Amino acid sequence: MSDIQQTAEQLHDQFSEHLDVDVEEIEERLERYVDEYKIPLDEARRSVESHYLDEAGIERDELGRGGNPTVQAADVDAPDEWVDITAKVVDLWDPRSDSVAQVGLLGDESGTIKFTKWAASDLDELDEGKVYHLGNVVTDEYQGRYSVKLNRTTTINEVDEDIEVGDDETTVEGALVDIQSGSGLIKRCPEEDCTRVLQNGRCSEHGEVEGEFDLRIKGVLDDGTDVHEIILNEEATTDLTGVTLEEAKQQAMDALDTTVVADEMRETLLGKYYRVSGPTLGRYVLANDIEELNDPVDGESVLIKARSM
Amino acid sequence: MSESAPTREVARRVFADEFNDATFTFKESDDERAPLYSLLPTGEKANRVFLVGTLTETEDVGEDSEYWRGRVVDPTGTFFVYAGQYQPEAANALRELDTPAYVAIVGKPRAYETEDGTVNVSVRPESITEVDTATRDRWVVETAERTIERVETFDEEGNEYARRAEEEYDHPLRRYTQAAIDALESLDEADDGSEDVRDESVPESL
Repeated sequence: MSDIQQTAEQLHDQFSEHLDVDVEEIEERLERYVDEYKIPLDEARRSVESHYLDEAGIERDELGRGGNPTVQAADVDAPDEWVDITAKVVDLWDPRSDSVAQVGLLGDESGTIKFTKWAASDLDELDEGKVYHLGNVVTDEYQGRYSVKLNRTTTINEVDEDIEVGDDETTVEGALVDIQSGSGLIKRCPEEDCTRVLQNGRCSEHGEVEGEFDLRIKGVLDDGTDVHEIILNEEATTDLTGVTLEEAKQQAMDALDTTVVADEMRETLLGKYYRVSGPTLGRYVLANDIEELNDPVDGESVLIKARSM
Repeated sequence: MSESAPTREVARRVFADEFNDATFTFKESDDERAPLYSLLPTGEKANRVFLVGTLTETEDVGEDSEYWRGRVVDPTGTFFVYAGQYQPEAANALRELDTPAYVAIVGKPRAYETEDGTVNVSVRPESITEVDTATRDRWVVETAERTIERVETFDEEGNEYARRAEEEYDHPLRRYTQAAIDALESLDEADDGSEDVRDESVPESL
């Protein structure tokens, strides 16, 4: 790619949110300055940029630095990257610190991502439900979850369009090869906002407490190539097993042992194939939906492939 | 995304015919607790397998304590499954299950050398559960697919375990492709429910 082409691409990226102009037109404009008028490229760039700023009716500092990749919420997978994002403010939370002006959730078609706007950055207020083009934000990572941080150099432009926000839903399939400990009838800490699972009647935070019963499955789906850890909450567990929390408590009471509940689940569920959909949390897929794959399979395409080898 | 937690080993899909050829085992570190892998002849390491087949026979072969052996048959051969006091759930399943029955087994490959120097390969089960025909058929198709994927990528540069399989074994790969074909064809026969009048169409590629 020539220098002119590259510059044209960069300008195109910079203006893509503001103007409907194609790369070829920008390139022609640059060429005229450089080839006909023998103006150095960086000077030509400035002139062309000014032209389009006029056309778009915006100031130079409203423009992104250019060269930032435009990302989708779900694609952010590394910290400390400067990116642009167009997203809807899905949710605003109460900042827990005075240093934070606004904190909440941004969403686009791909999913959602947390954002933080520092008080010191002195930026315009974001409104819930509105869509913005945010230029020059920085990605961050905490415990495997990504976020974007707005900063002093961030540009905020409201975009007059709506975005259908996708959820981070994923679908995985495979044989259920394990139901892990901590499955079946469990007890959780009753302290407010705790809900930790008790080990021998003890919460790792609040010590010995009177636990509250819950039903869940922590399982492993394996398709022979990848493993996916899944968590079924009470509702999904009951959906799949037909056993309600009350029935599970009864089973445990009859056997004087809570482990019978998980044992029974292992006996009926392991070794079968399932499709699970739901949002991902860390390395887990939270199963909103689970169904057994027991319709007849068609081996024909595999057979054709194998025969052709 | 990097995870600090050790990742769980994938349960490989392998037909009995190939599994029983996987007589070579190895570790990837000197650590005493390092996982033991069996080397599949199609060029993959297996620390865990998932198999579905027909449990045709169970027998307590233990002397002092119960030690159960099960024979699990797939379209290509027989898996031998051994469960004793350290696999109480699996031993219990082998004791309780009526034969024949379709079973799904998650387990670890084990190889041991007999006095005459032959190496026997078996499965030490983590779980054994009874399943239905649909699950069995799905496993056969899936295992055929994984098998031919391994055969397909065998010659790829950087396929470490394929190179290792070349060194350790002298089995023609074609055998495992053929076993996969036979297995898939056996499904067709069963589905038609009428093997005798089956349309003996010859695939064009042959």
